[in-house]
Amino acid sequence: MSVVFAGDPVIPNFGQGSACERNNGWFCTDWLHAHWGDTLQPALVQHIELSLIAIGIGLAIASALALVGFRYRLLDAPIGVLADFLYTIPSLALFQLLVPFTGLTVTTVEIALVSYTLLILYRNMIAGLDAVPADTLEAARGTGLTRVQTFTRVELPLALPTIIAGLRIATVSTVSIATVAAFVIPQGLGRPIFIALDQNIFKTEILASGLLVIALALFADALLVLGQRLLTPWTRVA
Amino acid sequence: MIVAAQFSPGTFVDAIHFMGNHAGLLLSKTGEHLELSGVALAIALVLALPLGLWLGHRHRGFLFAASVANVGRALPSLVLIAFGLTVLGIGFWNNTAALVVLAVPPILTNAYFAIDNIDRDVVEAARGMGFTERQILTRVELPLGLPLVVAGIRIAAIFVIATATIAAVAGGGGLGEIIVNQASYGLAGVVAASLCVSALAFLAALLLALVLRAASPRQGPAT
Amino acid sequence: MPTSAAEVVFDKATKLYPGRPEPAVDDLSLTVPAGEICVLVGPSGSGKTTALKLVNRLIYLTEGEIRIDGTKIYDLDVTELRRSIGYVIQQVGLFPHMTVEANVGTVPRLLGWPKQRIRERSAELLELVGLDPAQDGARYPAQLSGGQQQRVGLARALAANPPLMLMDEPFGAIDPIVRARLQDEFLRLQQELRKTVLFVTHDIDEAIKIGDRIAIFRQGGKLAQYDTPEAILRRPIDDFVAEFVGADRALKALALRTLGELELGPPRDGPRATKDTTLRDALALLIDEHADIVAVTDADGAVVGSVTRDDLLQ
Ligand SMILES: Nc1ncnc2c1ncn2[C@@H]1O[C@H](COP(=O)(O)OP(=O)(O)O)[C@@H](O)[C@H]1O
Ligand SMILES: [Mg+2]
Repeated sequence: MSVVFAGDPVIPNFGQGSACERNNGWFCTDWLHAHWGDTLQPALVQHIELSLIAIGIGLAIASALALVGFRYRLLDAPIGVLADFLYTIPSLALFQLLVPFTGLTVTTVEIALVSYTLLILYRNMIAGLDAVPADTLEAARGTGLTRVQTFTRVELPLALPTIIAGLRIATVSTVSIATVAAFVIPQGLGRPIFIALDQNIFKTEILASGLLVIALALFADALLVLGQRLLTPWTRVA
Repeated sequence: MIVAAQFSPGTFVDAIHFMGNHAGLLLSKTGEHLELSGVALAIALVLALPLGLWLGHRHRGFLFAASVANVGRALPSLVLIAFGLTVLGIGFWNNTAALVVLAVPPILTNAYFAIDNIDRDVVEAARGMGFTERQILTRVELPLGLPLVVAGIRIAAIFVIATATIAAVAGGGGLGEIIVNQASYGLAGVVAASLCVSALAFLAALLLALVLRAASPRQGPAT
Repeated sequence: MPTSAAEVVFDKATKLYPGRPEPAVDDLSLTVPAGEICVLVGPSGSGKTTALKLVNRLIYLTEGEIRIDGTKIYDLDVTELRRSIGYVIQQVGLFPHMTVEANVGTVPRLLGWPKQRIRERSAELLELVGLDPAQDGARYPAQLSGGQQQRVGLARALAANPPLMLMDEPFGAIDPIVRARLQDEFLRLQQELRKTVLFVTHDIDEAIKIGDRIAIFRQGGKLAQYDTPEAILRRPIDDFVAEFVGADRALKALALRTLGELELGPPRDGPRATKDTTLRDALALLIDEHADIVAVTDADGAVVGSVTRDDLLQ
């Protein structure tokens, strides 16, 4: 398979491995002990890095777009269509379509990952801002809040639960899609999966890496839920 | 291995040439791709749609629907395919199973929340007028919730088409077989196949948008 | 602190919504004296809400002018204007993400009051409207009943001690028993605060109970009659007003006065009623008891005089 890069260590080494490894057992704990440090842990750290960068940049771009789309409603539909367009391109295809421009680089991966966050982040930002009740806005205006004050003190806080809901989906999806990055660069938790697929479908490595990705996604999700509870205490009453 | 000189926008011109020269190959791979995606989506629809609609109608299983959504999103497609390989071995059904697992969550949760969130007063009024539960679901709730239901199917379709590409690593055939095999087809072939699979995803999304428009009750803009 | 009450003058005020042939408020001229409650009442769509929102410039005036204490509202900064006017609406519009205390402190915060003073003011106002600052202050709006939310809305509007209050059907969404209690408390508050209040309702009974003056609107945003409740009940200017105040307007007029306001006859025997009983309730008592004379008592129950059925109906 073309996705294995030169210089990769050959894991598992069936010749020297334990009986479990030689028989390609379901979950060889001795392999995990031996290769956590040289395989799984670095892949996990890379995976977190790839995801964090994509979410950070996606958040910044989506926020800027949402400010524009919310202020100038005419632009909302075109921005939404563009984000929708990017979202529809299959991830593996998007990676490959970027290669002629940016090569087999982290940049290629990040551009694609960021593209997938935009739709959900942008849509939720606009939806959250739009959902602020008319009477609340009227009370704010009648009270003498300026346009900016109304935005920062009323609309934004009230939109926060919806925005964070979008951030949760975007984060989990990004962690998930970052696995596919291994088609382009030898990084992330997709990497050990590819290697294992190439090595007679070595089950332990596939299961361990896959479970790590899922655990990472759920952990990130739980962190965001916690963050939302702290930031929006009013959503938990009555 | 890939040569640096290939990294240029000119590759797209090569890709167009590739399409012309290998139209037969691309067409047959597209056919495989459609078959795999279509079967998986159909199975997922049969499994998830009635369940989601019914749970939504009964306003039961909120936790279940929410968890399916969360866990579903956390399942990376590549991991699913790889898991499928380890359990079912190489072949069509391993990939179909993985795609079904991916397609079920968006269909189920969207159907659930589409129906669950409908204004209870409207349903109450319908019940008061003598609609049966089945009539309430099909004539009141489904038309009102349709945009969200179709949105879920659309997401599932996009997921399935995208993931069917990745299925090539597990012998799934389809356009992915070209995309992951740069050694045989060159970057031009990879890009050409990528364009085809993107076009496929857009067509599916467009088709569902048209379905939605045709089926929507005339009640002004969707909310 | 602004003066405790302001005079409001509508001077040929007209509002035309774009794309509408008829004005929503048509050539409205009306003076509300400082410290009085003026109730705008009329059928739905007669322009009451529009007239109210013209004052705090939530709606832009098409023609004519509105003055507060002699200053044209369009000569003032719009934000300053709104901060100096209390605004209460039917849907309340409390900020769901802020505690009750923070809601009440909204305008003082905007005005940059020190924190301690804002907290004291919130507590004072919550007590004034019958809530417990310690308990209710830390709650979120979703944890309160409709009646309690409306009290918070009122407290929020009063926070910066505005000389003018605009209230749009503030008790419209509240059940009749709680509504009556809120009306009573509002009148008690007004005894103390003496603000100028523009109060919109579509309920003529509420208008009669609350208003020092009533402005009756008819379709097309036209002012039909502007007078005291008594005058409107006794001398409706035309058929529309007569019908709007109701066929029982004579009875309603009786409800405006109490026995204590009449000249009492010598103490006589009969069913007893205290001096602050309304003439309407006294009449009901006579009908109930098949009697002709009410014995009027003071607060301690001692008979101080009498009123005959003819006196009541004079
Ligand atoms: N924003 C608006 N745009 C156009 N017409 C309006 C608007 N608001 C109110 N109207 C119209 O103006 C008239 C008066 O409305 P309103 O002041 O709300 O009446 P009320 O409060 O007495 O029920 C109605 O005919 C209403 O339809
Ligand atoms: Mg109104």
